[in-house]
Amino acid sequence: MQLEILYTITILIGEFLSHTIHPMERIGIVVFPGSNCDRDVHRALNHDLKIPADLVWHANSKLSSYDSFVIPGGFSYGDHLRAGAIAAHTPAVEELKKKANKGRMILGICNGFQILVECGLLPGALVTNKSLCFICGWTNIRVETNTTAFTSLLSLGQTIKIPIAHGQGRYIVDKQILASISKKNQVVFRYCQNNPNGSTDSIAAVCNEDRNVMGIMPHPERVPAFGIGHEASLIFRSLWDHLTG
Amino acid sequence: MGSPYWIGRVTEAFLAALTKEELTYLSKELKREPNRLEKEIIAAEWSEHCSYKSSKKYIKKLPNEGKHVLIGPGYDAGVLDVGDGYVVTVHIESHNHPSAVDPYGGSSTGVGGVIRDIISMGTRPIALLDSLRFAPISKHESANSDSGWLLKNVVKGIGDYGNCIGVPTVGGEVEFDASFADYCLVDVVSIGIGSGKSTVRNTASWGDIIILVGGATGRDGINGAAFASKKYERKERSAVQIADPFTEKLLIEAILEGIESDIIKALKDLGGGGLSCCLSEMSDNLGLGFNIELDQIHIKESGMSPIELMISESQERMVVVVDPTDAKEIGQIFRKYGLRFTTIGKVENHGNLIIKNKKRIAAQLPSHLVANAPLAYRAFKKPAYLLDLNRRQPPVFSPLDLSDTLFLMLSNPTIASKKWIYSQYDFEVGLRTKLQPGIADASVLRLDNGKHLAIKLDGNSKHCYIDPYNGTLGCLSEACRNITCTGATPIGVVDHLQFGNPENPDIFWSFRQAVKAVTDFCKFAKVPVVGGKVSFYNETNRGPIKPTPVIGAIGLIQRGRPVLEARLKEGDTLFVIGNTLEELGGSEYYEFVHNFTGGKVPRVDLKNDQTNRNTVLYLVNNAKVSCMHDCSKGGIATAISEMAILGAVGFELDVDRIPNSCLSLEGILFSESHSRFLIGTQRPDDLENILSSVDGLIFSRIGKASNAKVSFRNEGKCIIDTNIHELTFHHNAIERIMIK
Repeated sequence: MQLEILYTITILIGEFLSHTIHPMERIGIVVFPGSNCDRDVHRALNHDLKIPADLVWHANSKLSSYDSFVIPGGFSYGDHLRAGAIAAHTPAVEELKKKANKGRMILGICNGFQILVECGLLPGALVTNKSLCFICGWTNIRVETNTTAFTSLLSLGQTIKIPIAHGQGRYIVDKQILASISKKNQVVFRYCQNNPNGSTDSIAAVCNEDRNVMGIMPHPERVPAFGIGHEASLIFRSLWDHLTG
Repeated sequence: MGSPYWIGRVTEAFLAALTKEELTYLSKELKREPNRLEKEIIAAEWSEHCSYKSSKKYIKKLPNEGKHVLIGPGYDAGVLDVGDGYVVTVHIESHNHPSAVDPYGGSSTGVGGVIRDIISMGTRPIALLDSLRFAPISKHESANSDSGWLLKNVVKGIGDYGNCIGVPTVGGEVEFDASFADYCLVDVVSIGIGSGKSTVRNTASWGDIIILVGGATGRDGINGAAFASKKYERKERSAVQIADPFTEKLLIEAILEGIESDIIKALKDLGGGGLSCCLSEMSDNLGLGFNIELDQIHIKESGMSPIELMISESQERMVVVVDPTDAKEIGQIFRKYGLRFTTIGKVENHGNLIIKNKKRIAAQLPSHLVANAPLAYRAFKKPAYLLDLNRRQPPVFSPLDLSDTLFLMLSNPTIASKKWIYSQYDFEVGLRTKLQPGIADASVLRLDNGKHLAIKLDGNSKHCYIDPYNGTLGCLSEACRNITCTGATPIGVVDHLQFGNPENPDIFWSFRQAVKAVTDFCKFAKVPVVGGKVSFYNETNRGPIKPTPVIGAIGLIQRGRPVLEARLKEGDTLFVIGNTLEELGGSEYYEFVHNFTGGKVPRVDLKNDQTNRNTVLYLVNNAKVSCMHDCSKGGIATAISEMAILGAVGFELDVDRIPNSCLSLEGILFSESHSRFLIGTQRPDDLENILSSVDGLIFSRIGKASNAKVSFRNEGKCIIDTNIHELTFHHNAIERIMIK
């Protein structure tokens, strides 16, 4: 109980300070009906990494007051139609698109990646895993570029340990787009050692041409709580460095 | 618009569920003849599934008090105090009949049901575990392909539901036995967490409004409870409900938001028996009456009759009671989540359940009468088959190569790695999973107060078939041993007693033996029963299932205390605690390797069991050890192999140093005697000193971890000579069978 109170007080003080020092620098975690990693991202950012972030319901008008966003994993709208397809057509995502065009930072994790692909902010598509089964476990990914705001604190070629949990995580693109995103250095992470879901060219994360929107299939928010593979936390730390630096 | 023809057909079957005596009793109590709707409501609530009419008088006597118990059995979920203002809720349910007909729909709605029981207590579901039973699966026997299909779809159903609602499936157990042919057992446990003050008060007063929220009511799952209260017939697919995990997820968030706003006065989920059971039990618990208007209910299809509305088991529905002044606020919450809801009635003082249809009273029954079925008295006698089995002497087995036997044991799906199953479950969402599935003897969850909660499910139908009493005792001991291995002190158990038809005296005798075992163990170990469930009529045309009590043990690990895995580490010295006896009856060695059923099953010496568990707990807590593993299905040879496979290291084992009273080498290696633990430590001399100081403790230093080589030595000879890669290969059998 005391721990929780202490935690709440820390958050409140943090909230106060961050509002006074950097009024804009709070990350908005966009919550859709069916999002289920929202609370995990919130905990990882605020509690473990001390990065101020708020849960924001997608229909809340407060959403537009944020300038950087995480779209968490889960099953928005129950994955009905296709994973991410319905959320991609909400006013909240329209707002995110405008922010993206202004160069604001957006990180989509798992279902968040699916939403970013569905709404056209990122190229390619995410389809059912090659095994046709949901897969959960830990895997290794390699840093393919560190010239994004999400990977600036990581080294090129570095391998990091990270959990995965998805049914529709197989990233596919046609040859043309693959050539284009490879040329423009948009592939941010690749699975190494094995390709758990059958993604084209083992791609685990991509960014847009302007490098301010990234989608990643594995779950970096799960890393701090389990005390293994802390390198994956550097994705959030890089983002925070960029926002406050 | 008339009902489809099958509605008439199944409801007729349903009416037959009320016996002549029950109908007479009903008319006498009502002082009139009940009408058709009233009979249907009663039949739903008085089904074995909802009323526990055969078992109630026995399970009421189970010890259920303990210092952590806030609310024991009888409610939707048991509530345990874990300190610092936090409570943990736990509930167990099965969905056997539906899963056997429609494994995907049956298992997923099973998950949904148990989750709603956790929300009903005002707590957030944080974990799921499942205990599954099928007929043997094998790559080569096409005759058994049914069980492979059931396994595949049950796992997919559980995964799709749990993954979607964001509740991690953190553990479980699976057993394969021919008695589950054409059938399966799907037991699901859910754990919830909340603060003491957030748990629902469950009080109401005159004028409060009753709201039905969630999924629309349809013709799916009509008569599910009655279906589960008789022998299983594959054709009754219409009795299975349809799952919608997305609505469940919205329901979780909306209900918890309502509880946080402190506007929900009473709350109950709709499960077996639909509105009939929910409304009658709720009004009876509150000691008040309900006036319900059926025309208000949001429905999936038009033309549903009052009977269909009252007994439909459509999923993802809950009934909420709020003060009329809070109606607007709760409505706003439900609307935020896009949930459909309707006010279906009012709380009254009259103590009756009054159902109105088109403004006219369609049924009027005293809630107390509906909610309390007349108990059924069942005859019991010791089954003749037991005398037969006990007399049966194991034949002289032609000697097998011991390495091959060990490989066969490890590839036995009951023992083999369950990775193919749990990797389809999101076991980490929620960030509470301290230990990944498969690496320790129990699942361990992080609580908000810095403590950890350990939980493990165990069952053994093979032991329980040959000896229901000692078999059940073994399940309790095993479940408690498993959580002890991780460092937890048991604070409660849940029991799920699954049997065939209770009207059969043989089966009812076995049931009583199981209850006696639970009572004896829990009284001796001072561990309360905090929840449970009884499931009868688990039969097919082939006959009843083997008696299958499943026990879930729940334990607490204090702040700052170590949480231990079963992974053997390089440089570890191996110790065993406990004696190995020639107790091969019901063992995987007899049953799986030799296809022989009979002999004497392992017995639990309650006092020794307690001493050994306490010693282990001391060792874990004082960090003298690096890994700990319980020795159960498959015996000591299997248990050590499992530790080595987890650690990816080899080992050398001196079989002649294993304390035993066995007649054969196979007995030492594969007997499933209880109360044994395997320990790995980097400080063997310290450990030996501690163990020597415990009065009457049987233990021995039996080997050590090595590089990749695996060798079992006996009297100077190497009797098993292999390596860790070979063991790992055989242990991955399920994956090879299921991925074709």
